[in-house]
Amino acid sequence: MEPPLLAFNEKGIYCARADVYLDPWRPVDRAIITHGHSDHARYGHRHYITHHYNVPIIKHRLGAISVTGKDWKESFYINGVTFSLYPAGHIVGSAQVRVEYRGEVWVFTGDYKVEPDGLSTPYETVKCHTFITECTFGLPAFRWLPQQEVMADINAWWADNRANHQTSVIFGYTLGKAQRIIKHLDPSIGPIFTHGAVENMNEVLRTVVDLPPTQRITRETTREELRGGIVVAPPSAHGSPWIRKMTPFVTASASGWMAFRGARARRAIDRGFVLSDHCDWHALLDSIRATGAERVISTHGYSDIFSRYLRELGYDARTEQTQYEGEAAEMAASAEETVDAEIS
Amino acid sequence: MRHFAELIKELDSSNKTTVKVAALARYFTTAGDSDKVWTIALLSHRRPPRPVNATLLRQWAHEIAGIPQWLFEESYHIVGDLAETIALVLPVSTNHTEKSLSEFLQEIIRLKSCSDDEKRDYLKVNWLAMNYYERLVFTKLMTGSFRIGVSQKLMTRALSAATGIEEDLLAHRLMGNWDPAKVSFRELVLDSKPEDVLSRPYPFYLSHALEGEPEGLGQPHEWSIEHKWDGIRSQTIIRAGQVYIWSRGEELVTDKYPELHALATYLPDGTVIDGELLVWKDGTIGSFNDLQTRTGRKTVSATLLKNAPVILKAYDLLEWEGSDIRHLPYDSRREILEKLVHQTGAELPLQLSERILLQNWEQASQERDRAREMHSEGLMLKRNSSTYQVGRKKGDWWKWKIEPLSVDAVLTYAMRGHGRRTNLFTDYTFALWQDGANGRELVTFAKAYSGLTDAEFRKVDDWIKKNTLERFGPVRSVVPQLVFEIGFEGIALSGRHKSGVATRFPRILRWRHDKTIEEADTLEDLKRLIP
Repeated sequence: MEPPLLAFNEKGIYCARADVYLDPWRPVDRAIITHGHSDHARYGHRHYITHHYNVPIIKHRLGAISVTGKDWKESFYINGVTFSLYPAGHIVGSAQVRVEYRGEVWVFTGDYKVEPDGLSTPYETVKCHTFITECTFGLPAFRWLPQQEVMADINAWWADNRANHQTSVIFGYTLGKAQRIIKHLDPSIGPIFTHGAVENMNEVLRTVVDLPPTQRITRETTREELRGGIVVAPPSAHGSPWIRKMTPFVTASASGWMAFRGARARRAIDRGFVLSDHCDWHALLDSIRATGAERVISTHGYSDIFSRYLRELGYDARTEQTQYEGEAAEMAASAEETVDAEIS
Repeated sequence: MRHFAELIKELDSSNKTTVKVAALARYFTTAGDSDKVWTIALLSHRRPPRPVNATLLRQWAHEIAGIPQWLFEESYHIVGDLAETIALVLPVSTNHTEKSLSEFLQEIIRLKSCSDDEKRDYLKVNWLAMNYYERLVFTKLMTGSFRIGVSQKLMTRALSAATGIEEDLLAHRLMGNWDPAKVSFRELVLDSKPEDVLSRPYPFYLSHALEGEPEGLGQPHEWSIEHKWDGIRSQTIIRAGQVYIWSRGEELVTDKYPELHALATYLPDGTVIDGELLVWKDGTIGSFNDLQTRTGRKTVSATLLKNAPVILKAYDLLEWEGSDIRHLPYDSRREILEKLVHQTGAELPLQLSERILLQNWEQASQERDRAREMHSEGLMLKRNSSTYQVGRKKGDWWKWKIEPLSVDAVLTYAMRGHGRRTNLFTDYTFALWQDGANGRELVTFAKAYSGLTDAEFRKVDDWIKKNTLERFGPVRSVVPQLVFEIGFEGIALSGRHKSGVATRFPRILRWRHDKTIEEADTLEDLKRLIP
């Protein structure tokens, strides 16, 4: 019997026919990488293939690696298997991987969101037979408001704090969330400051996208300069000595987890904005339907629950164990970069 | 409702007490009078009775949300709060209600006597005319768990800021039996006529835990000690020939303790005693388990009265001959109290909590060492000159509890936490070794939810996710590998527990990284701790 086009083994998602891995978590010879978050783009592979927007990002994070950049929908062939990258809309350069062999099509989403964020190339539906989907927020309790409304809330919060002569500190991952927030802040309210780790990533991303002007916080930055401004920082900066310079300040976090009151209380943050780079419940269901896929494999997230519901809807759905961690790994990567930036 | 929901959202949006108090004070100056009264009622645990039970609420919520019941339940396990889950899974509202908080509460009171169909329709119509926070608040009123991170004390402080009335005075006015549906804001808060309400208790004076040894408190002869009894702290009021018994939760519990009603006959009107309710049998203090057979019951059978008779162990006297004597020094209050108790017959269910005047600190630690034998939780240290204050205050009263009993146990099951620990596995089940038919096996003996730092909880959570053996709904069994020291306050034999032992207040003392599961304690080790 033919092995399946893509299989899950101890190293990652493997295409045996082409001898290539998608987002492997152990070192391999050839890896197709969906995006730059650290649970998807790991150290140690001999060769990386990814969208060319993602090349400077993973080089920034992984150092001198051998990497090939591809265009959207540019087909490349490995041992008779056709591969191409489609926009996933998750962060800048994030891709879905389309894999085709003798008319059979599989799509691996990596992480994705459907709503255009004004920064990453918007998600596109790819018709397929088998859809390997993340489901980080695969529960009916997750429903996002339009980005425009959330950003209006964030700007209003900033303006309020400024009126009270306080500095606003908003936490978001160094890669992705931070730039998405910066892109939609209203610069007429006041100056936008960044933590070093965020600014390092901004510099990388400015080579491929436009971002509004931001000011890196350095030793020389004074408390008076910061007052009334907004500071975009990684979550791990919360509670660190670095943040004392912002006093008096008010904190906020922007993440899908902020949908839960408990999550916000646990992180001891003043304000939570529900802003995610993943699909909410309805976006997951709608995008699966739009692919026309009959078989759906759920990877990280509430995958057991999500697969069970998909089976009730009539899909051939199952769960595969991966080492993708959704937002947890990105938290750790952000933390490392934060320490690096604060030391340097 | 919009105004109240906005308030709750504001309270939710800050961790800073000053911001919360300011938001509440602003609300108290702008809201309508009847909404203000209801807000005070809700924030002081005076909710209307639940009109709908949780099972029906869950059933209707999943039907109206259009999702299968199991999916609703899974969501609930992960969100961790029923009202929050319902508020999240229901479809987005298209219209919006303008009814006020008090209108809603009046409807909710009436709803209790409606048929199930009427209740369902009422919920559906209103759920679908509310935004997220309104739904959250509205549903919390239904589930009867209205905790929003604002204590009664903060609420009183805000009310004081809004009205200019002293906090202590307000705390007193807001105690007792009042019906938010009937009382006006003026009558409740603004008018001063405490003589109207015979049942009205004084706010309890509470202590902080002593850190370290008592030597730092100053001269020993300025202090007294007494045992900290492990029962129900209460205030017993005798006025106009009636007895009123309040628990520390400010719940009127008079009906639960008929044996204490006789006190009205023997004690003069205008007497208020601060004391501990304890089971007293065959000349000794019963266990907290014995007392629990009484606390849950509204009606008390003759058998129960015989098996678990309750006495009042008196600590202090707050009112004497109709006058508030809380401003007198502890010495003077005790003098009157002791005379009073000695005058009453020994057959009365009233005893003094023995006070020991200290000569030296050594005396205190010797007495504390006797705590377990005395069935107490440790000692109370009270300054002889102290007045009876309001709420939890540092300085004059300290509790000095004994170290908990402890065993080293193995983590066997884990469940997601609730509230602020949603999404982390923080509710753990622990087991001890027992010799079984097939050799040594682990037997579950206690659950514990607290005692680790947030960082430790995250580590254990991470470990659990990687070491899960089986999933049973929200519960996971894990590889037996981690050992924790579990502390508890008390221990008794129990027929209801698989281990045959019930522990009181089990909690994690520390993570024993240094121990393997083979080194964990046995059930026999645990049973040896039973007094």
